[in-house]
Amino acid sequence: MSKMLFEKSVEGRKGVSLPAMDVPAVDMPANLKRNKLAEIGEYSELDVVRHYTNLSLKNFSVDTHFYPLGSCTMKYNPKVCETVARFDGLAAIHPMMPVSGGLDMCQGALELIYELENHLSEVTGMSATTLQPLAGAHGEMLGIMLIASYHRAKGNKKKYVIVPDSSHGTNPATASMMGYEIITVKTADYGDMDLDEFKEKMNDEVAAVMMTNPNTLGVFNPYIKEISEVAHAHDAMLYYDGANLNAILGKVRPGDLGFDVVHVNLHKTYATPHGSGGPGAGPVGCSAKLEPFLPQPRVVKTGDKFSLNYDKENPRITSYFGNYGVLVKAYTYALMMGSDGLKDVAEKAVLNANYIMQKLKPYYDLPYDKTCMHECVFSASRQVEKGVHALDIAKGLIDRGFHPPTVYFPLIVPEAMMIEPTETESKQTMDEFIDAMIEIAGIVDTDPDSLHHAPVTRPVTRLDETQAARQVNVRYQKDA
Amino acid sequence: MSIFYTKEHEWIKVVGDKGTIGISTYAADQLGDITFVELPEVGDEIEKGEIFCSVESVKAASDIYAPMSGVITDINDELESAPETVNDSAEDTGWIAKITIIDIDEEELLTTEEYDAYIETLD
Repeated sequence: MSKMLFEKSVEGRKGVSLPAMDVPAVDMPANLKRNKLAEIGEYSELDVVRHYTNLSLKNFSVDTHFYPLGSCTMKYNPKVCETVARFDGLAAIHPMMPVSGGLDMCQGALELIYELENHLSEVTGMSATTLQPLAGAHGEMLGIMLIASYHRAKGNKKKYVIVPDSSHGTNPATASMMGYEIITVKTADYGDMDLDEFKEKMNDEVAAVMMTNPNTLGVFNPYIKEISEVAHAHDAMLYYDGANLNAILGKVRPGDLGFDVVHVNLHKTYATPHGSGGPGAGPVGCSAKLEPFLPQPRVVKTGDKFSLNYDKENPRITSYFGNYGVLVKAYTYALMMGSDGLKDVAEKAVLNANYIMQKLKPYYDLPYDKTCMHECVFSASRQVEKGVHALDIAKGLIDRGFHPPTVYFPLIVPEAMMIEPTETESKQTMDEFIDAMIEIAGIVDTDPDSLHHAPVTRPVTRLDETQAARQVNVRYQKDA
Repeated sequence: MSIFYTKEHEWIKVVGDKGTIGISTYAADQLGDITFVELPEVGDEIEKGEIFCSVESVKAASDIYAPMSGVITDINDELESAPETVNDSAEDTGWIAKITIIDIDEEELLTTEEYDAYIETLD
C-alpha cells in the first residue's frame, strides 16, 4: 500500500507563493480564532501531482479494462461527451442567471433540458419527463412519490407495493422508505414474476407494481401486457425500473407495455460516467395521469423562447435542474447515436450477452437456460462441489485483467455470476474474457485451492471482506 | 418445550408462553458470514408472518419474519459486537430475541422432522 497524502506532509514545504497583501490587515475577534493551527498537509506542487498520478495508475476502470458488471451497464463513455460538457456556454453559466428580458443568456441551456426531456419521453413512451433526480434511486423515490400523489389526489386507500423476488434491492427499499408495505412475488420457471401468484396477491390496496423488464436474470417478461391489465384493473400503477433499458432501447417502449412511470439511468444507458457514487442522473418519465404531480419548475417553449414555469405548487426535488453536466453528456450521446444508433445499441448488447452465454454454457451451470437479453446469469454450483465459490472465480478474473461480474445477485440464483458485456466490447475482448473464464473452470478441476488465494498479481491480494464489513474503519487517524 | 420452524427459516423454541427466536443453521449457512444483525427493541410487539428484524451477510440482507405473535422481552445484545455467533451457533447461543407469546399458533409452522425434509427439497 502506498502512503496516505497526510503521511507525506513536510513541515514548511509550500506549493504556492502568495503575493504581498495589498489590503489592511484586520484582527479577527478572539472567539472566531482557532486555538491551534489546522493540520493541513504541506507539499510542493510536484509532491501532490505525483501522489495523485501514482494513485490513478492503480485505477481499474472502463478506460483500462473490461467491466462485465451485470445489471449495471458499465459501457464505454465517449470522450466527445466530456468535451461538450465543458463548453463555456454550458459549463460557465449559473442557474440563477436571468432566462428572459434581454439578459437571456441561458436559452441554449434550457433548450437542452427541453429537448432531452422530449427525447427521453419519446424513447420510453411517456407523456412527460423530468431531469431533476440526481441518481437512479432518487428517480425511484420521485416515481413512487408521483404514484403516492396520484392515489392521494384520487382518495385511493393504498398500502402495498408488489415487487418480484428478482428485483433490484432499491425497489422494495424505495417503496418501504415511502411508507408502503412490500409484497414479494416468486419467480416462475420461465425466469420472471409468476403470473398466477401475482394475480393471487394483487388487491385493491396495491399502489404500484415495480418491475425491471428485462429483469435481473436478463429475461423479458412474456406476460407483461397481462400484468399491466391486472394492475390497472385495481388502479395500481406500473413502475419501470430503467436499469436494464439498454436491452430494449429504440425497440420497445415501456409506455406501450402499460408502464406509468419510468426512471432512466443516464449513467448506464446514456453512457455517462458511472460508479463511486456518481454523479449520476435518474430522469423520471410518467404517463399523463401522473404528469400534474411532476416537480417544478418545468421548462416550457413559447414560440422559439424557453422559460421556466412554476404554475403548480409541486416542490422541486433538487437544487436547480439536476446534475446538469451529466445531462449534457447524455444529450450529446443521444444526438451522436441518432435513432438508428440507439436501436443498434440494444441489438449489439443483446447479441453480445448471448454470445458469452453460449460460449460459457458448457463450463458453468445456467439456471435459466434460454435466449437472454442484455445479460446472462450463471451459477458456480458445479464449481462449489470442488470447493470453489463464485467469489473465488471473481477474484481469479482480477488476476487475468478483468473486473469481476456481479456475484451473489440476483439473490434467487445460488452462487450467481451475472455477466453483461454491453454493446461497446469487441468480439476480441469478449473472447479474451471467455478464455479467462474457461481457464478458471479448468483450474477448478486441477488446482482449486490456488483460486482461494486470488488475486495474487495486484497491489493488495485477498482481503478479509467479512472483517471489513463487521468492523468498518474508513477514517485515517494520525496516531493510530 | 417444543421447537418449530418456518419456511422462511426462522425457529422458535416454546416453553409455556415464552418463546426464543432465531434463524436456522441452514439459513445461516446459506447467508454466509453474517456481518450485522438489526435487533428489535424490548417492548416491540411482533406479529406472526411479519418482518421484525433483519440480518446482513457478505452476500445479502435478509428480513426475519416472526414465527408467532408476541411482545419482545429480551434481545441478544451480544450479536451487536459478535454477529458471527449466528454462524457459529444459529440454533443456540445465536438466538435473536425472546418473546412473551400472545397466541400459541402452530399453524403453518414445521416440526424439526418436517423442516429437515423441507430443506432437503431446496438443494
